[in-house]
Amino acid sequence: MSNAAYKEMWEKLDLDVPAHDALLEVLGKFYGDIYMSQQGRLQGAEYLDFVLSEVHGLRIKEIQDAKAQGRKVVGSFCVFVPEELTLAADAVHVGLCAGADAGKEAAERIVPRNTCALIKSFVGFKLAKICPFTESCDMIVGETTCDGKKKAYEAFGEYVNMYVMEVPQCKNASDRDLFKSEILRYKAELETLTGKTIGVEELKRGIGIVNAKRKALQRLTALRAADPAPISGRDALLINQISFYDDPVRFTAKINELCDEIEKRIATGEGVAPKGTPRLMLAGCPMAVPNWKLPYVIESAGAVIVGEESCIGTRNTRDLVDEEAVAKATTMDELVDALTDRYMRIDCACFTPNDERLDNVTALARDVKAQGVIHYSLLFCQPYAHETFKVDKALAAAGVPMLAIETDYGMEDVEQLKTRVQAFIETLE
Amino acid sequence: MGGERSAGIDIGSRSIELVLLEDGEMVVSRRLPTTFDPLRQCRTLLSGQRISRMAATGYGRELAAGLAGELGLPVTVERITEIKAHALGAYARFPQARTVLDIGGQDTKAIALSGGGKALKFEMNDRCAAGTGKFLEYTAGVFQIPVEEFGNYALEGDEAPVINSMCTVFAETEATSLMARGVKPQNIALGLHDAIVKRTVNMLNRVGLAFPLVFAGGVANNPCVRELLAKALSAAPGEELLTPPDPDMNGALGAALWAARQD
Repeated sequence: MSNAAYKEMWEKLDLDVPAHDALLEVLGKFYGDIYMSQQGRLQGAEYLDFVLSEVHGLRIKEIQDAKAQGRKVVGSFCVFVPEELTLAADAVHVGLCAGADAGKEAAERIVPRNTCALIKSFVGFKLAKICPFTESCDMIVGETTCDGKKKAYEAFGEYVNMYVMEVPQCKNASDRDLFKSEILRYKAELETLTGKTIGVEELKRGIGIVNAKRKALQRLTALRAADPAPISGRDALLINQISFYDDPVRFTAKINELCDEIEKRIATGEGVAPKGTPRLMLAGCPMAVPNWKLPYVIESAGAVIVGEESCIGTRNTRDLVDEEAVAKATTMDELVDALTDRYMRIDCACFTPNDERLDNVTALARDVKAQGVIHYSLLFCQPYAHETFKVDKALAAAGVPMLAIETDYGMEDVEQLKTRVQAFIETLE
Repeated sequence: MGGERSAGIDIGSRSIELVLLEDGEMVVSRRLPTTFDPLRQCRTLLSGQRISRMAATGYGRELAAGLAGELGLPVTVERITEIKAHALGAYARFPQARTVLDIGGQDTKAIALSGGGKALKFEMNDRCAAGTGKFLEYTAGVFQIPVEEFGNYALEGDEAPVINSMCTVFAETEATSLMARGVKPQNIALGLHDAIVKRTVNMLNRVGLAFPLVFAGGVANNPCVRELLAKALSAAPGEELLTPPDPDMNGALGAALWAARQD
């Protein structure tokens, strides 16, 4: 469908249509340069191209149709917000736009300048009225993962229906209790929002959908251990990004089909880059759509990315809700316990200590056979910037070299990044 | 006809250097300012040269890809980063080198070397040119002194005030307020040099400084930076702190050595 056909919908959502058109144009060009220029892509990448081309079109229309049928839409910015519960309340769960410099000047009127690009981006998208997902939301769920976000939600709350979950900072028994109570509070909030009651069956269904999605992504991660690499890091990142936007059941089916294709490709020894191409893994901050800058720099420098240790990557997909516990559960309390246990395993840098992340980074580097790791911190992201030192040490002990990169969404440092990344690859040769 | 000739070209932000090696001997070593038309400067440097192999480095290395064809040179231009080029160049001059420091026009790089002249680990300044050659060039301008003489001028100072800012613009503000307070200009100049050296020492420590350290890049021509660096590191010049006679050519030399290794 053409953009013209969606114009009425965007106007109804009160988007700034000319500004939104400009965004889509830039996005389209950016996607063309970074994605369509790739050689040897999978057939299944057509799904990715389609979803991305319709991300503000057909997907938004689906969401509007769901709303017309009485379903509610919940937006979030973080992997701590349990999608299982949102789906159990028959609501739509979407990750919101936060990966481009947009509405920066407007954002800097309500959040400090030295705030990370991700936060400025979601605030900017709202203030500039260019994100149809944000405008479709009946409720936006924030979380207290870092100071920047939790204070930004106070400012953001003046513009949207904001709900904030408290994420603990440690992993003691009392912290688990806190998060369990937060999950229950979110459940109650969803029930109020949707007017529906979340029962054992509904929650089991929600858990089933999200577990299946995470399993498909785990399958993809495992297949990327192959040499030659069967899929580019850019496409794999895009898959992880799309997992926050697309309908979860359709997404899971498509990614499983894509994994079938990858298995065939591996069997014939085919890949996106020749065998022996330097293999790098990304670790650190999330890369929200359309933040493809660093992956593009890395893969243009002659390496291939074989894993993403980030919230838009394995931090979101590594752990399932315990299937056995779910199958056996007969009460809501047992299910909420299983959910709590799964979410408390997330190794976000907001926790102290967070030593399990060091083990997870090292294990993933080994599993995907990465020769080096590029640690990515968003400028002004204190938690991940701090962990850069620890991750470097842990990887060095495991014999894996690491390059630390701190950057944002601006393009002015691309040449310097290229030099660093190329020099890092040279040291691996 | 002579032997095989390998060219290394280092297209930096301030200057472009060309080194030609023939049977391992440096037969050409030339340098031009980068200007706004670096390609034209490259052509000037390369025209009329007989070249069998070629490698380019420096921030403009990609520019050189099309040069060979354009100049009718029967070569493929290899491209390597400045990190690799400086490591190779320093190793060729000083095989015992363990660390390389390159302070160029807009970058500072600290490189830890393995035994064979291979870069093990490196650090670079961020996107901003704080504490690089550009910083000296700019602040020398404040004193109305050519950058080439700025080091000797600073060495006339006897007491360096602390300059806290590494940002070129803020450092100028600091220097101006020191002048207003009547501080001797040579001392302020010394303070500015000291600020660069402190920042550089931090970077060297981050890659795990080991001696001997080779100091290359245009700023290695500055006697004040050399002296303050030796002092800050307690390094004996000529033993632990080594400076090649033509430190600006180190990157181009490394590129030429890389070109010579290609089939």
